[in-house]
Amino acid sequence: MSTLLEVRDLKKYFKTPSGTVHAVDGVNFSIEEGKTLGVVGESGCGKSTLGRTVIRLLQPTAGTIIYDGRDISSPSKEELKVLRREMQMIFQDPFSSLNPRMTVKDTILEPMEIHRLYDGDRTKQSEAVLNLMDTVGLARRLANSYPHELDGGRRQRIGIARALALDPRFIVCDEPVSALDVSIQAQILNLMQDLQEEKNLTYIFITHDLSVVKHISDIICVMYLGQIVEMCPSKTLFKQQYHPYSQALLSAIPYPKVGVKRKRILLRGEISSPIDPKPICRFATRCPHAKPICFKEEPTLVRVEDQHYAACHLQKESQPYELPFPEDTVEIENK
Amino acid sequence: MSRTSSKHKKTAKNQASGTGYWANAWFRLKKNKGAMISLAVLILMVLIAIFADIVSPYPYDLQNADHAFQTPSKQHLLGTDNFGRDILSRIIHGGRISLLVGFSSIIFAIILGGLLGALSGYYAGAVDNIIMRSMDILMAIPGMLLAITLAAAFEPGLNNVIIAIGVAEVPIYARVIRSSVLTIKGQEFIEAAESIGASDARIILRHIIPNCMAPIIVQATLGMAGAILSVAALSFLGLGIQPPTPEWGSMLANVRQHLTTYPHMAVFPGLAIMITIFALNILGDGLRDALDPRLKN
Repeated sequence: MSTLLEVRDLKKYFKTPSGTVHAVDGVNFSIEEGKTLGVVGESGCGKSTLGRTVIRLLQPTAGTIIYDGRDISSPSKEELKVLRREMQMIFQDPFSSLNPRMTVKDTILEPMEIHRLYDGDRTKQSEAVLNLMDTVGLARRLANSYPHELDGGRRQRIGIARALALDPRFIVCDEPVSALDVSIQAQILNLMQDLQEEKNLTYIFITHDLSVVKHISDIICVMYLGQIVEMCPSKTLFKQQYHPYSQALLSAIPYPKVGVKRKRILLRGEISSPIDPKPICRFATRCPHAKPICFKEEPTLVRVEDQHYAACHLQKESQPYELPFPEDTVEIENK
Repeated sequence: MSRTSSKHKKTAKNQASGTGYWANAWFRLKKNKGAMISLAVLILMVLIAIFADIVSPYPYDLQNADHAFQTPSKQHLLGTDNFGRDILSRIIHGGRISLLVGFSSIIFAIILGGLLGALSGYYAGAVDNIIMRSMDILMAIPGMLLAITLAAAFEPGLNNVIIAIGVAEVPIYARVIRSSVLTIKGQEFIEAAESIGASDARIILRHIIPNCMAPIIVQATLGMAGAILSVAALSFLGLGIQPPTPEWGSMLANVRQHLTTYPHMAVFPGLAIMITIFALNILGDGLRDALDPRLKN
C-alpha cells in the first residue's frame, strides 16, 4: 500500500491585531491510501485549520503537502481545480454547510456542473445524482426538497453525496457527526466506513470525540495548540500513552457503569494562548508532571515505540493512563 | 383553544407539503392584511398605468379652455386644471411615469449598489475600503441634493431622472448587500462551494446573492416610495419630467398659483402620491416581517 498524502512541517499562521495566531505549527504526518487518520484535540487546537489547509481551502504559511507524489503546497488555479476532484471535504454543521436556497438535487449536481462531468450532459448528471442519493441512503423522492425540510442526519448525507459527486480519493471529514444525535452518528459513521471500503477512500477524520475516532481511525493524532503531541495506531493509544495530555484526554472518557472506580486526571488552568507562543512545551503550564526543562525547551515528536510517536520531555517517566474498563468497550455499537 | 389548534394544523400542513423558502414567506405575508391590501392597491395602480390609454376618460393633453378650473363633476370626475385638461386622465398617465421612474431607478440602484456591495463584502481588504469609502462620500451628500445636482447637470428627461435618483440610492444598497454578504460569506456552504471548485463569480451569483434577497427586497420596496417622492420633488422643481407629459410632482408644481382658489387641482395628485407611498411602505414592512426567518409562522 502506498502513501497517498504526506505533510511535512506544515504551518498555518493567522495575523490578527493582537499578534500571530499559530493555528497549525509544524505538523508532520503521512496517510496510506485507503486508511483513516483520526485527529483529536480540544476546541481551538487547530484541527479544523489543519484539515482545511491540507485540502487547500487555506494557503499554508510554510511546509509541504505531497499528494500522490506531487507537491501541492502552491498549486496554480488549473492545478487546484484538478485537485478539487481528488480531495473533498465533509463539513461539521449540516445546517450551515448546505445552501438553503438549493434543492438536494442542485446541491449534489453542482460539483458535476462545475467540472463538466459526463461532458456536461444534464440527463447523465441527473442520473448520477440519483445514484449517489441511493449510495448515501437518501430516498430519491427527496431530490427536490430543500435542506430546511430535512433532519440533521439526512442533511449530512447530502453533504456526503456532494463530497462523493466528483469521485474523490481523499476526503477530510471535519467533525462530521458532532452535530448529530448519537443514534444518527452511528448510521453516518457506518455509511462512511462502507463507502471507504467500497471506493478505497482515504480519510482524515477530525473530531473531539474519542469513542468516534477509535471506531473509525487506523492512526490517531492527538493535537494540542497547533502541534501533534502524540501519534500512534488507534488501538495502541487506548493501551499506552506517552504524552500527559493524551493521558488526561483518555481519562475523560465517560464510562457508563455504576461503581467503577476510576482515576480522573484533571487538568488545571486554561489552554494557553495560540498567539505568538513561547518556544517551550505548550502543555507545560497545565501539565501535572512538568519539570524545569519543560519551561525551557520545546519538545519534538520522537519515536518512542514502533509506530508510536510522542512530543514530551518526560515520556519515559510519566505513567500511561490505564483505562478502568476493557478497552474494546469504548466503541460505538455497530449496527 | 380550537382556533389555535386549527391554526397550528394549517401551519404544519403547509410545511409538510414540501414548500420552499419563498412559499413560506408568501404564507406569512398572506396573513398580514395591511400588506395584502397594499399589494392589491399597487397591482391595481400598475395595471391602470399599463392600460392608461384605455382606462383614462380623455387624452391627457386634451385642452379645453371653456372647461378650465372645473371642480369634480360627472364629465370630469376629479375636475380640470388651468388648461381645462382632465385631472383624472393626467393622474392616470402620470402614474406611468412615477411608477416607471420609481421602479427603474431602484433597479438601477440595486444592480450597481448590489455589484459594488457584493464585491466589497466578498473580497474585503483594500477593495472593500476603496468601494465603501467612496460610498460614504456619496452618502455624506443628502440624497435629494445629489439628485437635484445630477438632474440639473444633465438635460432634463426620463432617463436622466432615473439615473439621478438611482445614483443617490446606490450607497444604501451597497451597504445593505455588503453586510448580508459578510454574514453569508462566513457560513460553511460557501466554503463547501469553494471545496468543489466553484469560481468566485459562481459563488457570488449562485450562493451569496440568492441568500441576501430578503433585505434587498424590503429595502427596494421602501426605497421605491422614496424614489417616487424624489421624482415628484424633481418635477416640482422643474428638473424632472417636462410638460406637457403629466407627472404627479409637476402637476403639483403647476397648481402653485391657483392653490388658494382651486385646491382640488393639488389635492388629487397629492392623494395619488400619498396612497402609493403609503401602500409601498406598508408592503415593505409586511415583507420585512414575512422574510425574516426568525419569525417562522
